[in-house]
Amino acid sequence: MELSGAEIVVQALKDEGVDYVFGYPGGAVLHIYDALFRQSDVKHILVRHEQGATHAADGYARATGRPGCVLVTSGPGATNAVTGIATAHMDSIPLVVLTGQVPTPFIGSDAFQEVDTVGITRPCVKHNFLVKRREDLAATIHKAFFIATTGRPGPVVVDIPKDVTDPNIKIPYEHPRKVSMRSYSPVEKGHPGQIKKAVELLLAAERPMVYTGGGVVTGDAAAELTELIRATGFPVTNTLMGLGAYPATDRQFLGMLGMHGTYEANMAMHECDVLLAIGARFDDRVTGKIAQFCPNAKIIHIDIDPSSISKNVRVDVPIVGPVKRVVHDMVKVVQEHKGRLNREALGRWWERIEGWRKIDCMRYDRHSDSIKPQFAVETLYKITRDQDFYLTSDVGQHQMFAAQFYKFDKPRRWINSGGLGTMGFGLPSAMGVQLAYPDATVACVSGEASILMCIQELATCKQHGLPIKVVLLNNGYMGMVRQWQEFFYGGRYSHSYVDSLPDFVGLAQSFGHVGMRIEKPAELEDAMREAFGMKDRLVFMDVAVDPAENVYPMIEAGKGHHEMYLPPHFSSDTELA
Amino acid sequence: MRHIISILIENEAGALSRVAGLFSARGYNIESLTVAPTEDASLSRMTLVTTGSEEVIEQITKQLNKLIDIVKLVDLSEGPHIERELMLIKVRAEKSARDELKRLADIFRAHIIDVTDASYIIEMTGDGNKLDAFVRLLGEDLIVEVVRSGPLAIARGPKGLTI
Repeated sequence: MELSGAEIVVQALKDEGVDYVFGYPGGAVLHIYDALFRQSDVKHILVRHEQGATHAADGYARATGRPGCVLVTSGPGATNAVTGIATAHMDSIPLVVLTGQVPTPFIGSDAFQEVDTVGITRPCVKHNFLVKRREDLAATIHKAFFIATTGRPGPVVVDIPKDVTDPNIKIPYEHPRKVSMRSYSPVEKGHPGQIKKAVELLLAAERPMVYTGGGVVTGDAAAELTELIRATGFPVTNTLMGLGAYPATDRQFLGMLGMHGTYEANMAMHECDVLLAIGARFDDRVTGKIAQFCPNAKIIHIDIDPSSISKNVRVDVPIVGPVKRVVHDMVKVVQEHKGRLNREALGRWWERIEGWRKIDCMRYDRHSDSIKPQFAVETLYKITRDQDFYLTSDVGQHQMFAAQFYKFDKPRRWINSGGLGTMGFGLPSAMGVQLAYPDATVACVSGEASILMCIQELATCKQHGLPIKVVLLNNGYMGMVRQWQEFFYGGRYSHSYVDSLPDFVGLAQSFGHVGMRIEKPAELEDAMREAFGMKDRLVFMDVAVDPAENVYPMIEAGKGHHEMYLPPHFSSDTELA
Repeated sequence: MRHIISILIENEAGALSRVAGLFSARGYNIESLTVAPTEDASLSRMTLVTTGSEEVIEQITKQLNKLIDIVKLVDLSEGPHIERELMLIKVRAEKSARDELKRLADIFRAHIIDVTDASYIIEMTGDGNKLDAFVRLLGEDLIVEVVRSGPLAIARGPKGLTI
């Protein structure tokens, strides 16, 4: 068929199975918007700021596993999208971001709304393209989807000058079913010899530990991981990005690890003799001080990206491959030799772990007169645990409390900006999730500082009828900043108090939503039940929480896993291991 | 340690900045970088000289391989290879100095490719040490201008870096 450049863009999206594109129109993309107007297969969600578009597409991608799609204009449209692109890049989320560009003859002339989008986004994308010829448009868009979704996924930007989408010039279009690139061919399986070597280490382990990250979620390997853990009887911990990859309610799960991880997970990391890392990248918030990281362990690392291996921590057995396939192959080898597992040593190891678990490191004051943020998350869990439920988060204390106290039993249910730590992510990402799963319950846990960074998206929620439940843990401070200032800056709370907050109830109402203010622990459960009962309304719960509460346990940046701060009400001899 | 990395990269706009940007973003050293199209016009060949510990070099090659435009790369320092650099050097060549400069150029197997009353341009190839030695020998007083290509390198033996 013969199509104009603008029609090619829309047709290519259809052929890639895109149902939603999140965007905001502007001069350079008007031809494309006109082509969108004349069809109904690709539905456009009008956001209120381009950052919201990228986060919404990102939330959609994290919840579904399918690529998120964004359409923005040139210049400020593109630069506003950058935060969301970088967020997706850090967490390996597949996005295809189409940006308008000034017409090719104007490129480089500092034309109106011109920026070097390819240059600006280069360090925070998996790849990007500038399409200078109409004839290259279709192939480039299909390549973009191929690159975004294969190997280690990530965002791909396609910058499209306005003249390339000229509605008056038509050229033949065909959907290339298969994309192949001589410079890009992701690995399809792990090396069998390396897998055998890894299994030998695991079978001989006396104090094994399995540490898994976001790669198990994005790589759809949760079922294989669960099988491996059940087959071996090993303890397992998840990173912030990996929560839900193994059922949190299972006994073999030790909770999250790292800076705000559990005592048992961090101590088990410190004392293990064999560490199996799967789809994780040894981030500094996880490892603490590298020199003291798993000091006695042989380390096995499975990852799709070779550059993740031995980047921060030297590993003994690297396995490059898609985690799903590698763990599947690993389970087979383990099953054959299951009898050789050192059950006796494993029994002793579990006794030691249970001793750590008994410390109950996340205990908090349940009789407080004010609402503790931990209690708020526990109540949220109580109410929503039996529902088809997704939780997105912003960044800060509330994010950590949610990660610690919400027990995710399934992957893709916990959606947060782990790598970049982008405040403002929570609400727009919840929009993407709710659109993908209109019948599911979607909540966004946030703080009064984070939520204001993308508050404008409340209007998008109204326009598109998205009944998201916002659980705002309002402590009046940038809580995590305040916590660090309390611990490390002598209590000098420099600019972390958020003065002049809006009346969130009134604010929600002015956007056409339901607002609620909750101040007493005794009211919380009933109020939340009422809120979650309003199936077709966005309800904004402004929950007043204790402003002095801190996130524990905590490992100070640059300390080892065994040097945790436990909450102050623990006796001093258990404060540090 | 010093490493020479040879890269075959898609000959596309912006490919060079992907490589350069990677080095600056991750704090790696670049000593020199040369690039030109190959006999296959769709491919460029880069020769990149860098220094770093074994771990850093391992990361550099992995990160380079991750760039979508890079088709193939090899660390030539891992095996026997030949390295050559081209230098063009403009020197003051007045009366008494002219004969001595000509003799020096001959000893270094260099060529004088431009002559005026007051200057020579000398063309010279070799490995970096040889070029350094020549520059040192001439001294600052005689040198007007030096331009060096940065090293090019190729592995010894019958095998080639091709796709």
